[in-house]
Amino acid sequence: MNDSLISVQSLSRVFDVSKPWLNRVLSGQKRQTLKAVDSVDFTIERGTTYALVGESGSGKSTIAKMLVGLLKPTSGRVHIDGVDLTNASAADIASTRKRIQMIFQDPYASLNPRWRVRDIVGEPIDAFLNVSGAERTRKIDELLEKVGLSSKDGAKFPHEFSGGQRQRIGIARALASDPEFIVCDEPTSALDVSVQAQVLNLMRDLQRDLGLTYLFITHDLAVVRYMADHVGVLYLGRLIESAPRQELFDSPAHPYTQMLINAAPRVDGFGRMHEAADGEIPDPISPPSGCHFHPRCPQRLDACRIEVPVVQHTGRRAVSCLLHGQS
Amino acid sequence: MASSRLARWWQSDVMWSWRRSPVAIVSTLLFFALVAAAVFAPLVAPYTPFDPASLNLMDGFTAPMQSGLGSGNMYWLGTDDQGRDIFSAILYGMRLSLFIGVMAVAFAAFLGISLGLIAGYFGGWIDAIIMRIADIQLTFPSILVAMLIFGVARGLTPPELRDQMAIYVLILSIGLSDWVQFARTVRSSAMVEARKEYVQAARLIGRSPFVILRKHLLPNVMSPVLVIATISLALAIILEATLSFLGVGAPPTKPSLGTLISIGQDFLFAGEWWIILFPSITLLVLALSVNLLGDWLRDVLNPKLR
Amino acid sequence: MTEHTLLEVKDLKVQIPTRRGVLTPVNEVSFTIGRGEIVGVVGESGAGKSITGSAIIGLLDRPARISSGSVTLQGEVISGLNEEQLRRVRGKRIGTVFQDPLTSLDPLMSIGDQLSETAMAHLAISREAAREKALQALIDVGIPAAESRLDAYPHEFSGGMRQRVVIALALIGEPDLIIADEPTTALDVSVQAQVLMLLKRLCRERNTGVMLITHDMGVIAETTDRVVVLYAGRVAEIGNTEQVLTSAKHPYTRGLVGATPNPANMDGDNARLNQIPGSMPGLLALPTGCPFHPRCSEVMPVCKTEQPALTPLGDTTIACHLATEASA
Repeated sequence: MNDSLISVQSLSRVFDVSKPWLNRVLSGQKRQTLKAVDSVDFTIERGTTYALVGESGSGKSTIAKMLVGLLKPTSGRVHIDGVDLTNASAADIASTRKRIQMIFQDPYASLNPRWRVRDIVGEPIDAFLNVSGAERTRKIDELLEKVGLSSKDGAKFPHEFSGGQRQRIGIARALASDPEFIVCDEPTSALDVSVQAQVLNLMRDLQRDLGLTYLFITHDLAVVRYMADHVGVLYLGRLIESAPRQELFDSPAHPYTQMLINAAPRVDGFGRMHEAADGEIPDPISPPSGCHFHPRCPQRLDACRIEVPVVQHTGRRAVSCLLHGQS
Repeated sequence: MASSRLARWWQSDVMWSWRRSPVAIVSTLLFFALVAAAVFAPLVAPYTPFDPASLNLMDGFTAPMQSGLGSGNMYWLGTDDQGRDIFSAILYGMRLSLFIGVMAVAFAAFLGISLGLIAGYFGGWIDAIIMRIADIQLTFPSILVAMLIFGVARGLTPPELRDQMAIYVLILSIGLSDWVQFARTVRSSAMVEARKEYVQAARLIGRSPFVILRKHLLPNVMSPVLVIATISLALAIILEATLSFLGVGAPPTKPSLGTLISIGQDFLFAGEWWIILFPSITLLVLALSVNLLGDWLRDVLNPKLR
Repeated sequence: MTEHTLLEVKDLKVQIPTRRGVLTPVNEVSFTIGRGEIVGVVGESGAGKSITGSAIIGLLDRPARISSGSVTLQGEVISGLNEEQLRRVRGKRIGTVFQDPLTSLDPLMSIGDQLSETAMAHLAISREAAREKALQALIDVGIPAAESRLDAYPHEFSGGMRQRVVIALALIGEPDLIIADEPTTALDVSVQAQVLMLLKRLCRERNTGVMLITHDMGVIAETTDRVVVLYAGRVAEIGNTEQVLTSAKHPYTRGLVGATPNPANMDGDNARLNQIPGSMPGLLALPTGCPFHPRCSEVMPVCKTEQPALTPLGDTTIACHLATEASA
């Protein structure tokens, strides 16, 4: 059970969102910062899928970018198989990089429109693996077939494919460096339902066949329910609840998780009239004090306005809410 | 294989719109006719106007469609004071004008694309420095910038090499006055492209910025560059003509269209109108055809207008 | 056509001439919307659902045009009207809500002015009465502190609040029909639920018919009374929402429902989403016969040559040879 591949400890990221220097001086404004990710902890076990769910401003994409090395954390640690990515030698980081890959959201923007498919899929091979010529070609063909395309597709350009097929090309590219860990940033949110099903099924099959570990970032609870082993719920940069999938959906503990599950439209919810939660997500530049969710929370206590709840662990579930076992 | 490629090219959107635009067809044909005439000037020109040995001073100031008094040769567009055939001089002059224009635009494009890519991709203070330099340069008229650079460069070349180097100095000064256009356009496309996920995918696997700029960004910022290059070519040809007209450009021993116009100006009020009129018309037609071509290209390549 | 029918779309065909041939994004689409009825139009991208909406309100982008068929609103054919007449139909008799609220709002005009001008234009009432009505409209759509928000500009509202204002704007002319094209797609889940519930409640109260265009089967299930499933510009299945979603007859609808993750098919480690092979064909390369046949699991020889007509089967009506065979 303790075979964790990824371990994230009090990961934070602050963005400077101030106006340019001259504007600040002229209008007498202070520097403004946005805490996109605020002390997030989680671990991902080898061969499983951890899903991070959140609405806009939750910081889920920022976490994804920090894990793959596209963004530097402001503070906190990311361990991958024991290697501390925030504090390792350049050589260690380089060798760890090929073990981490990413599948992107937009099937149109994630493939260079001027490159042939075989060059797109081949790029990580050139960067990491020491193969060329016939063996490289064979590997690219193999990858294309693995994701349900044909080796003949290698000679085509991305615009010759549909959205779903492009996402398959993106998956083939992610698999090219033989990674163990793949960060999937909303990989199906741009796809139609019938195509989404193809891609999700493909990703599950690949996980089973190759023993992959996924971090799955999404706003879609239905997709989480299908893909995840363990789910973390983010609200304005904080991880407010995390639990094994079944537990989370059967008995959500945090009021925000409850609201989110209740608000998601259901295919079997005929004529449902549900009173959705009040209000909208506040501006992340100036989030509410105390628990960020308190202005919208139907069960708020007076203390919620002041006190930032501490994470409480019960079994494999972790909740940050004053209603749950705080002193 | 080759014929099917040709067929596909002929059927492409660009060629389709070309076939339906009379302006594009006329300006393309005109432009390529002028280019061909300039490139093959030694074959097309009836005389060798800049070979002093072949000149006959008695032929001077022959009016168009007249025979020279000395040699009895026929001059379609007349001759100048030294008996030079204007038609041949125009062909050679256009050859030089086009050469300087194309080279200057190539230089400006190289400089502008490189700096624009760097500014757009890296952003931050690198971007700020490059773009402020561009802003400052834009506050001066390009003719002033070109004259300034021309003057400085000329001052630095030894006098005996000046005439020889004049053409290269001209290319340098026109190119340096024109890179800003390219840099600005490329920078804004590069900023858009750099945020796209395919660039992130390349950064993720540790590709160097140089590889990302050259292999990923460059091919994706080129279509607006083509439009600017065309329009810049017209501007460069006019700028070169202006500089030469003002006497700071191509030397009279190797005249461009601008030098020819400048020479012809001396004779305008004496009644020898053809010496200035025909080079001027050539410059006008050349610049106009390039400009119309550029306008059409911009409309075709702009997805918003389609 | 019964007296309860508000909108009748009959054999609607939209064509776009292009240099590569004539495209038909909407092909012989027929359905009706009754008074106070919420009808969902669902389909994947390229199914022609948005173009159907635009065709009904006469907002097709040139060179697309209605080439045959008719749109009848309360007994009056509106598909042949000129621009001037159509403008009177839009706003007064048909309100619209689009995905991006900013396309419906004027950024330089206060919310109160936009609402009252629309009310004055369509209801022939005085400025004061219109202002009063604008305030009531904002209260109805649940804008907090509505009176102080009348003079605010669109950019001062959040995404969800903006969409509420658009709904107020669509309803203020007291139209009989609202066409809502993906009204909540750009919103977060929690806000989406608020906006959908609002739309549903207001239309029920006012007996307004709604054509709700969406790609989301969950939204269809929770919001609509009847549903029209479009595929490649044609109606694949039409019927009562609950019956279509629980006992779909058309293989495409069945595939679509099976492909949508829901609690019933998702839990358990061996659960697997049903997947439809391939993707929606492009309008330039439509298959012969039934457009769905290359992806269909129950394809028959006749499907490759003949387009099936809409035929009732069980509780729903489908365009499928399974139904024509059964009724023959």
